Formats: sequence, structure tokens, C-alpha cells
Amino acid sequence: MEAATMSRDKKARSEQSAQAATRKTASSLFGTDRSSDVPDSTVGVITHDDPVFTCRSVDVFYANKQAIFGVDLDIGRHEVISMIGPSGCGKSTFLRCLNRMNDTIAIARVTGRIELDGQDILDSRIDVVPLRARVGMVFQKPNPFPKSIYENVAYGPRIHGLARDRVELDEIVHTSLERAGLLKEVKDRMDQPGTGLSGGQQQRLCIARAIAVSPEVILMDEPCSALDPIATARIEDLIDELKENYTICIVTHSMQQAARVSQRTAYFHLGYLVEVDETDKIFTNPSHKLTEDYITGRFG
Amino acid sequence: MTASTLLLFVALLSAAGFLLGRKRAFGIADAHGGVKSLHSLPGHYGLYTAIWVAVPALLLLIVWQSLEPAILSELVSRELPAEIQELPPERVGLIMNDVKNLVAGNFVSSAVSPEISEAAEHWLSLETTFRWIRTLLVAGLTGLGFLFAWRLIRPELRARNRIERVVRVALVACSTIAIFTTVGIVLSVLFESIRFFQYVPVTEFLFGLEWSPQTAIREDQVGGSGAFGAVPLFAGTLLIAGIAMLVAAPIGLMTAIYLSEYAPRAVRSVAKPLLEILAGIPTVVYGFFAALVVAPEIRGFGESLGLSVASESALAAGLVMGVMIIPFVSSLSDDVINAVPQAMRDGAYALGATKSETTRQVIFPAALPGIVGGLLLAVSRAIGETMIVVMAAGLSANLTANPLEAVTTVTVQIVTLLVGDQEFDSPKTLAAFALGLVLFVATLILNVIALTVVRKYREQYE
Ligand SMILES: Nc1ncnc2c1ncn2[C@@H]1O[C@H](COP(=O)(O)OP(=O)(O)O)[C@@H](O)[C@H]1O
Ligand SMILES: [Mg+2]
Repeated sequence: MEAATMSRDKKARSEQSAQAATRKTASSLFGTDRSSDVPDSTVGVITHDDPVFTCRSVDVFYANKQAIFGVDLDIGRHEVISMIGPSGCGKSTFLRCLNRMNDTIAIARVTGRIELDGQDILDSRIDVVPLRARVGMVFQKPNPFPKSIYENVAYGPRIHGLARDRVELDEIVHTSLERAGLLKEVKDRMDQPGTGLSGGQQQRLCIARAIAVSPEVILMDEPCSALDPIATARIEDLIDELKENYTICIVTHSMQQAARVSQRTAYFHLGYLVEVDETDKIFTNPSHKLTEDYITGRFG
Repeated sequence: MTASTLLLFVALLSAAGFLLGRKRAFGIADAHGGVKSLHSLPGHYGLYTAIWVAVPALLLLIVWQSLEPAILSELVSRELPAEIQELPPERVGLIMNDVKNLVAGNFVSSAVSPEISEAAEHWLSLETTFRWIRTLLVAGLTGLGFLFAWRLIRPELRARNRIERVVRVALVACSTIAIFTTVGIVLSVLFESIRFFQYVPVTEFLFGLEWSPQTAIREDQVGGSGAFGAVPLFAGTLLIAGIAMLVAAPIGLMTAIYLSEYAPRAVRSVAKPLLEILAGIPTVVYGFFAALVVAPEIRGFGESLGLSVASESALAAGLVMGVMIIPFVSSLSDDVINAVPQAMRDGAYALGATKSETTRQVIFPAALPGIVGGLLLAVSRAIGETMIVVMAAGLSANLTANPLEAVTTVTVQIVTLLVGDQEFDSPKTLAAFALGLVLFVATLILNVIALTVVRKYREQYE
């Protein structure tokens, strides 16, 4: 009993010192002059021939703390781009810039330029409602609404007025569930609560919900990290099918997943975009030391 | 020695017991090779000794105190002169009352007869003896307890475990007191109600349309017992509670939604405490506010529209009661709305839903069960509220649905039935118990439903 308490104390203390150590390296590595390891500009190819998103010098601040530093990145049409990097390096933060979900965090501030088909979405005059209809999002933890399966999928089309009548709405709900690979499993229980499905089914329901408003881009923030391997495999297959019609940005902690599903991979480190390139290249022959360290599992 | 000095005495002895017990534990430890050889810490042995010193003596004291008056009175009345003993028991009781008053130095009803003052002296001398015995017994028990514990202290005595057991028993005793009090109150209300229903049939009480308990005490009155129909009271209660909920539910809910979804942090940090202050205003203040400000306003306004408004109206009481319940509804709903996971909001915002769409279509339905539970608790609060209604709604038991007339409620009638001198076995007094029983059952049912609903809701987001 006493021994347990003691070891707990010890662990907490060692964690603290570990944190202090990270902080020290971080500040000595990336002080105000952004010296040493992080490259001056992103290594690899940040551009794309047919970009949907064009991001330039994107900075994000939480209150006074900067979380993203001058990220430049193009995201191409109908490509799957994965974002990898150690926890807390700003992957989610960057992803949330793309549909302005950071607006919902009072202390968050985004500067720079993010163009969606040539239009700057950071402009305060842009209405986020149509923007979010064009750029859908799937979260880490499945978050179906406490409504029926049907209503979950129908919610987006309803608020955007996409269906003129019940027949059209049924049509949208069915195709969305079909595309999300869920229709077969739920077509007999459309009026049952979405929260009653299994985790993997819930996540596919959330994907169906996002697809239902016909977005151009789907942002996925660690969509499989709460799922078992079989459910994960299903979602990965699904992403493969969806890339025919959608652009997909996926944040993932699994390098195998990034390798399996994406054409391009972006590596983030402490708020900087270190390297972005063809997925094969990143995983077989990374150009930057930090990327290499990460994919060979030296930290992260 | 009086009981309180005796208490102090026991406490001091117990403290001494602690010190001695601990000292002995240290001594034994030294003899056996250090504190490690003891099962428990020396302090535990001290505490163990202290408990043995104090607890038996205290138990004796409690039992003694509760029995002493009855025994004394019995002994004294046995010694009364024979001619008094032959009197009927009520008369003897009165005389004994005089004796007790005389002993306590109070004013005595009639001139003091020699028998009574003799009895009083007898009482006093007995009491002195009793006090002596009590002091000796208590002192003896502390000593015995101390010796007992002292002899038990050895390395293998599991003092810590025994103390834990005493602590548990003490905790159980405390919670039992609360439970037994509740059960006692419920039972007494139940039995008095049953007595009431021997005068007035249950069906008549529950379904009768006329309430005028004042006429029933005159036995020559025709149908005197026919005036205990409680329907007008139930109707009045529901009317006022209904008006109150019409005010409190929407305003409280909107407030909660504003505070949890829209308000900037600064506003929230000011507004929430302010609402809690509103909840802390005594209901009697709301009551005279209702009677002196709101009721005349309503009357004046109604008359300017050509309506006839009673000077005490259900509307005035209901409105003010509604204001009183607003903080209740808003803080409960606020908790429930805050318990809806952020992921739910993110999901809706990411689909392009606006703030009000998210609130109305996602958060509100998700929080609905909890909100309903909160509202039910508020209703039971409104039904039980007394002060505002006494002051603002009047006493006349009208059976009406018109909020501009005076009505009365169950709680108000309980008050009026019991105010003033009453015979304890008249139907009029007993009716208060029956009303109390109805009120109790109604609020109990509401609370049980509400708590079940709220609990279900909590589980949903575990
Ligand atoms: N809501 C927030 N408020 C303040 N700081 C935040 C918030 N969200 C994220 N951060 C900070 O921004 C940095 C990047 O976080 P995040 O984008 O969540 O990283 P990742 O998704 O790569 O693990 C972290 O240092 C984190 O502490
Ligand atoms: Mg993240």
C-alpha cells in the first residue's frame, strides 16, 4: 500500500522532470530565432497541380501561445493527404483551420491565408455555414447525435435545405449510408438511436452524416483511434473508396495507416510543417532528420 | 453535579485516558522491541482507551437522562396522600404538573396547598439522591472502562480495526437518526390521517367539492362533516403551481441556455452568482413583495381593462412564485446542458449548423430528459411553497380556474387549520395531517420520477 503510493509519487515526479526536459530542449531548439533542427522552410513539395486548399503562412495562436508556425501547404483535389507527428504538434489545430472550427474556441486566432478554390476562407466576411457544408469533418471519438440513425444522417441536409421533400431526403440518407458502407447493417433499424450502434458503426455513421451534405473535402481527425482493428480496416477501405469523389485530409497516429490510405504525407513537429511529400517517399526515403527519427520510432 | 458538568468531566477523563493509553502502548512497545512490534500505532491504543472511558459512561448518561423524570414523577406520586391518589387520573396529572412547576420555580396555577409543597420537597430530595447516584455510576463506569482497556492493551490488540468499527457504528447511528426521523414523521402523519378518515370518509376528502373546515366544529351544524372536500385546495394548488411553472420554465430555461451556450465567460461569472442570490431570498420576502406590490399592480391593470380582479389573486401569487423558482430551474438546466458533451456541439458545428440550430436541435433534445427532471423538482417545490401563497393568494377555498380570483392551496390551509388554539382530536386539526399526507405523497412521487429521469440521463453520457 505504502509502496504503491511512493512509486506513484516517484512516477509523477519523474514525469514532471521529463516535461521540464522537453520544455528545455524545445526552447533551446526552437527559440525565437527558430534555430537548429526545424528547417527554415518546409522540405519536400508543398504544392499541388490542382489544389483545393492553398495555405500560406498560416499561424495559429491560443491566447498568447503560438501553436502553428507559418505553415505553407497545398491540398490537391481528390487526394488523400495524411498528417502525422508527435502528440501536441498541432495536427488537429491545423486541420481545424480548414473548416474554421477554431472559431468555436474563443481564445484561438488564425492568421495567414487559406484559399478554398481561390477564395480566402479566413476572411471574416466569409460565412462559415456554407464553408462547413463544403468541408466536412469526422472526429476522433464517434459523436452521433442522440437521435435516430435516419435523423443523424438527415440532419445536415435539413439545415442546408438540400432536399425538397421526404422522398429526396430518403434518397440522400440512403446513398450516404450506402457510401459509408453502413446501409446493409442498419437499413432495418433506421429509426433506432444512432448511439446504440457499435463504435465502428458509429464512426461510419458520422462519415455518412458528413457525406450527406455533399462536401468537397472531408477532414478526419484520428478517425480510427477509438476503434478496434477490424473496424479500423473497414474505415480504411472506406477512405479508399471515398477518394474517388472527395478530398480527404486525415490526421493519424498510425504510420501504417498513413502509408496504406494516403498519397501524400505531411509531417508536423512542434507546430512547424517539417516535410511534406509523396507518402512512399516519406516512408522510404525521408529527406529531413526529424521526419526520419519520427518514422523510425525514435520519438513521438 | 449537573449533567453538563458531568459531560465535561467525562470528556476530561477520556482525554486523560487517551494520554495514558498511548503512554502504556509506548511502554509495552519498548518492552517488545519498538513501536513496530505493535499491531497499531500507539495513538490508536490511546484512542481505544479514550473510547472505552467515554462511551459506556455517555450511554449510561443518555439512558439515565431519558428515564429520570418518569421515575421521579412515579415515585413522588406514589407518596401523595391517599385522598389525592383516589382522584381520577387527569386530576392527579394536573396536581403532578403543579408539583413539577413548583420544583422548577415556575408560576403555579392555584394557591399552593400543603400537599403539593410537601410533594415538591419530596421530589427535590429524591432528585438530589438521584444526582449522587448518577455521578457515582458515571464515574464508576469511566473507571471500569479505563481498566478494561488498560488491561487489553498488548501488542496483538487490533486497536486500529476496532476504532474503525466504532467509527462505522457512529456513522451508521447518525444516518439512522435522519432516516428514523423521516420515518417517524411519515408514520405520525399517516396515523393522524387515519384518525381523520374515521371522521370524514377518504372519498369525501379526496373528491368533495366544498371546503369549509370552520363550520364543522359546531356540532349543531347540519352536514358539519361535509365540508372537508379538498378538491378546491388541490385545484388552487395546481392553478398556482401551473402559473408559477408557466413563468419559471421558459425564463429559467432560456437563462440556462444563454448562460451555458452564449454568454461570454465574464457575463457568466457575474450572472450565475446573481441568480444564486435570487435563490437565497427568503420566501417571506417574496410573499410581501407579492402581496404589497404585485397584487395591487395586477388589480389596477385588470381594472383598467375592465376586468374584476380580487385583491388577492392566484395570478399574483403564481407570478411571484414563478420568479422565485427561476434560479432553481435555470441552475438545474444549466448543469444538465453543460453535461452534454462538447463533441455533440462540435459535430453539429462541423456540419455547418448555426449556434441556435445547434442549441435547439442537438443540445436541447440531448439534455431534455435532465431538463424535464429539473422541471419536475421545481414543480414539487412550487406545490410545497407556503409563504407566498399565504400572503398573496388569500384563504377562500374557491373552486375556480380563473387566475384573477382568490384561491387557496393545501399548504395555506394546513397553516390556517393549525394556527390558534385547537383541540387535538377535532377533525379540523386532523384535516391538516390528511392534507400533509396528500402533499407528501404528491411531492414524493414527483421527486422519485424526477430523480429517476435525471439519473437515467446521467448514465447516458458515462
Ligand atoms: N483549446 C485549446 N486551448 C489552448 N491550447 C490548445 C487548445 N487546443 C490545443 N492547444 C495547444 O495547441 C497545441 C497543439 O495541439 P493539437 O493541435 O491538439 O495537437 P495534436 O492534434 O497534434 O496532438 C498543443 O500544445 C495544445 O496544448
Ligand atoms: Mg489531435
